[in-house]
Amino acid sequence: MDVSLLVRLILLLPLVGALVNGLAPLFLPSLRQSEGLIGTLGTAVVAIPFALTLYLFMTYGGDPVVVDFYTWMAAGDLSLDFAYRVDELSLIMTLIVTGVGGVIHLYSVGYMHGDDGFWRFFAYLNLFIFAMLNLVLANNLPVLFLGWEGVGLCSYLLIGFWYTDLSNSAAANKAFIVNRIGDFAFLMAMFLLFSELGSLDFDVLLNEGVSALSASTINWAVLLLFIGATGKSAQIPLFVWLPDAMAGPTPVSALIHAATMVTSGLYLLARLSPLVLNAPVIMAVIAIVGALTAIMAATIAIAQYDIKKVLAYSTVSQLGYMFMAAGVGAFFVAIFHVLTHAFFKACLFLGSGSVIHSMEHVEHELEHEHGEDMSDFDPQDMRTMGNLGRFMPSTSATYLIATFAISGIPLLAGFFSKDEILFKAFEYGFNGHPYAWFVWGVGIITALLTAFYMTRSYVLTFRGSPRWPKPDVVHPHESPTTMTAPLWILAFFSVVAGFIGLPAVIADGKWNLIHHYLGAPYGGPVAEPELAAHVPLALEWGLIALGSLIAIGGVAWAWRSYSAHGVAYDDRLQARLGSLYDWWQGKYYWDEAYDRTVVRPLLEGSRQGLWPFDDYVVDGAVNGVARLAQGASGVLRRLQTGVVQNYALAIVLGVVLVIGLMLFG
Amino acid sequence: MDIPYLTSLVIFAPTVGALLVLLMRSVDAIRWTALGTTAVTFLLSIGLYVGFDPSGSLANGPQLADLSAAWFPDAIDIKYFVGIDGLNLLLVMLTTLIGPIVVLSSWTYIESKHKGYYSLLLLLQTGITGVFCAFDLFLFYIFFELTLIPMYFIIGIWGGKERIYAAVKFVIYTLVGSLLMLVAIIYLGYQAGNAVNAGVFTADWYTLLEYNIPLGTQTWLFFLFALSFAIKVPLFPLHTWLPDAHVQAPTGGSVILAGVLLKMGTYGLVRFCLPLFPNVAQEYAMLFAVLAVIGIIYGALVARVQPDAKSLVAYSSVSHLGFVVLGIFAFTPEAMQGAIIQMVNHGLSTGALFLLVGMLYERRHTRLMDDYGGIAKSVPVLTFFMVFSVLASAGLPGLNGFVGEFLILLGAFKSTVVGSPVLIALATTGVILAAVYLLWMVYKTFFGALTNEANRDMADMNGREFALMAPLAALMLIIGFAPNPFLQKSEAATDFLLETMETKRMAVQKAADEAAPVAERLEITPDAAVDNAK
Repeated sequence: MDVSLLVRLILLLPLVGALVNGLAPLFLPSLRQSEGLIGTLGTAVVAIPFALTLYLFMTYGGDPVVVDFYTWMAAGDLSLDFAYRVDELSLIMTLIVTGVGGVIHLYSVGYMHGDDGFWRFFAYLNLFIFAMLNLVLANNLPVLFLGWEGVGLCSYLLIGFWYTDLSNSAAANKAFIVNRIGDFAFLMAMFLLFSELGSLDFDVLLNEGVSALSASTINWAVLLLFIGATGKSAQIPLFVWLPDAMAGPTPVSALIHAATMVTSGLYLLARLSPLVLNAPVIMAVIAIVGALTAIMAATIAIAQYDIKKVLAYSTVSQLGYMFMAAGVGAFFVAIFHVLTHAFFKACLFLGSGSVIHSMEHVEHELEHEHGEDMSDFDPQDMRTMGNLGRFMPSTSATYLIATFAISGIPLLAGFFSKDEILFKAFEYGFNGHPYAWFVWGVGIITALLTAFYMTRSYVLTFRGSPRWPKPDVVHPHESPTTMTAPLWILAFFSVVAGFIGLPAVIADGKWNLIHHYLGAPYGGPVAEPELAAHVPLALEWGLIALGSLIAIGGVAWAWRSYSAHGVAYDDRLQARLGSLYDWWQGKYYWDEAYDRTVVRPLLEGSRQGLWPFDDYVVDGAVNGVARLAQGASGVLRRLQTGVVQNYALAIVLGVVLVIGLMLFG
Repeated sequence: MDIPYLTSLVIFAPTVGALLVLLMRSVDAIRWTALGTTAVTFLLSIGLYVGFDPSGSLANGPQLADLSAAWFPDAIDIKYFVGIDGLNLLLVMLTTLIGPIVVLSSWTYIESKHKGYYSLLLLLQTGITGVFCAFDLFLFYIFFELTLIPMYFIIGIWGGKERIYAAVKFVIYTLVGSLLMLVAIIYLGYQAGNAVNAGVFTADWYTLLEYNIPLGTQTWLFFLFALSFAIKVPLFPLHTWLPDAHVQAPTGGSVILAGVLLKMGTYGLVRFCLPLFPNVAQEYAMLFAVLAVIGIIYGALVARVQPDAKSLVAYSSVSHLGFVVLGIFAFTPEAMQGAIIQMVNHGLSTGALFLLVGMLYERRHTRLMDDYGGIAKSVPVLTFFMVFSVLASAGLPGLNGFVGEFLILLGAFKSTVVGSPVLIALATTGVILAAVYLLWMVYKTFFGALTNEANRDMADMNGREFALMAPLAALMLIIGFAPNPFLQKSEAATDFLLETMETKRMAVQKAADEAAPVAERLEITPDAAVDNAK
């Protein structure tokens, strides 16, 4: 089949799905209840593109193919096409987006069953896939930006999906606006690059751009794009929207706020890796920001009770790992971690969704059949869970697998990708980049914390004794197959996905398939730095052993502590750590700080400064002039005597004056 | 099909309609006549769009031109001279499109004195179309002033509580500007006549273009023109008539005001201020760019704290038109074409926002956002169109607003005249702020629990309202994804304009240098010359 046609289908099918699912029920309310139709269409328009992408992937010949649809806008030097690029990097990303996306669409059929907005949900989800595909397939920065803002829009729509609760809409606004701050930097980067190069096409940027641009231009451009990435990919200082984004339905958290959209920043850096490598100072910034974000979010995750909040901060933390990788030049490893993370984090989120779903049933049953007052009950609070494993075996088992995967238990997916990141940081430090040592150290500590807080969430949720009211009478149920099947699919890949990136100790890196696929030395699009010094084999084995020990140690520590003490172990932690723990629980008070330093001053300044200024000073001046004129006309009015002769005299004088001016002026 | 005098037909068909309206008796006949007239005018204008050849050179005169003999032959060269070029085509189309939409939006909103309202509306359309099409400066002025009177009555008679204050303020404010412009026109006409038209006063755009105005004269002429247009735009700090006028005007008036009337200001800057006074325009470009950027940020911040939805949208216009002015004074083709398409974009999306706020007002007779909240549940279709228009207005890629803003900022950044990275960065923050105040409006008005019982039974959009919103939404999407056919229309004209300006600028500068007193030139001592060479 023709590549151009395939790309068209891959891109447009989700759009068709979005339009049909969105507009038809909007204008024909009778269609809104047709869940079967809407769910089938919504899932099919993602599943078919997945199959088509798989075909493209299998038949890909190794040379990038650019599919040019038509000219988007042309003015002056700018000539911008709707052009898409099929190469190793975009294929991998498209597979993740449509693959994980398809599974989550399927899951949503069950999860959203009975919701009034079922149709809207699928319309938004389809639209999201369309935007995300634009992002990863674009052949120039503006089309990428179209996808970039498009996914932001869908994120906004889906976070605020249950809009009757105003706090959801507030979270949606926050997400959109914080992302826009990042997008502002993205725009500036485009303006800068265009003014220097006269083009924003990847072919120009990555070939001529690397040689033609001055070092300071590249530094600025990469810095600005990275700021854009901190918005979309939730890094310091713009990560604050992501935890709030959990207000959206859980499949959204899995798809958008874990597996795909939030990894866009990494995709951007990997796509522009030849450029990024020429900005070594900014690379250090990227790595350090990633490291600080990773450890900060991990510590916050330890002290959260909301199961989705734990996963949200965990996502922020894992994204930090990916930026560490990018910052030490290991872009392909960042993409590797994007891939493995997509599986285990989606699995965890969908698992938490399954849990929340059943806890909501518990709440409902207690309230309506047992007359309990459930107004304080939070179905996402792990303090009210416990021993769910007994009732929800599939959810429990898959959650455990994914927990082990993210913790880096040997041979599971996260083990390979996270260890590779740490190794690359170590190696970069070994090659004379001292900041990479710092990054490595932070990465090791964060790995321990990750294993700890994830195991904590598993044990508190699925083990121990039940903590909801009347546990003997009311108990949760396993979710339907449309929900558990996706969990098993994702759990399966959380186990095996790591094998595409076996470390260098095995056959000298011959089996690091993803490296061979993406890496520039092997003809791929993802550049990497040339490293002269190699880490000795024994040391590398040692690092792997260290990583494994840390993961196992973290899991064991949390497992023992929380199995023995349950939720009470948090109090022990708090007692031991004191105010540090309070900072974790308070999320380091970022929101409060922003509120005090940015939001309030701007709002109050506008309300109490600018608006009155506009009314009394700017408009006051206008009205003042008017009043002055009125006063003056009171005087002048006396000239209007009504006597025609006076007017005639004035006219004559005027004419004389004009003629005089014309003659002598 | 070639229709003779097509441009004039498009201008004056609404006037004919206005006369017909006066003959009608029943309210229905009045409305349908108005709708029919504006619809026919729109169809006629499609002929302009089709007949316009974007590759045609502007140097030989406008296309589809209608030209009369001079009204006072040999004495004063003022004539009826209208035509279409790349600078006005899209604005004319926008005006004819907004025409029927405004009539439809007034259908039930206007409850009294129908005859007067619709005839004034139609007359106003003639004035605006005339402004865009005139190639004679004096004719331009006549049309420019012609728009003032109908708008005055529309605000003053069918407006809200403070309508008289708003209407008078609108008229006096703009009149002050335009009278100053009249002085400038007369002076310019005589000077140009003496210089290039055998001593005969001229107002012909092309003849005026031939005249390279000396630097000193250029300065004050430019400022008289620019002041008049800046008030119309409105450029900060001359904007305070706008919120008053918008809040008080009936929906139809607001839509025309925001949709097309304000563009007379930005269009005037492009058509007259830049090519006639290129040296001064360039010299003071930074001043205008800075005021534009202040307007972008200031308008946005003040918009955010408005309790009244209509007032919020009004201030958003101050912010959005700042982008257009910035684009105009960047002197790059990207920014200029961006500014032209952004005029259209703003007309579509802000027009849509005013229409939607008007629909809410018609249902609940309040514009305070506090009186709403959670109405998405009762009016899903209206909510859809509101969110859609808000996103277009906030410059979401894929919708129209992005195209204009992107081109303007891209072109301004690379501009040698206003391309200070800090300034463009400040302008670009407008993209963040637009999201802040527009999403706030949606949040306050449409989301949350439906607390006010009065809103529970609000009717969703009816067929008529859908019919007037759908074309706007469709155009926002089309321009968002396929703006190029529209951009191409202004390409040749933009190139001509920028080239002409540069040629004229050099010529004037050269003349000024040569005319400089010998003593001044001698001030360059050999030492200084050596320094310069370094």
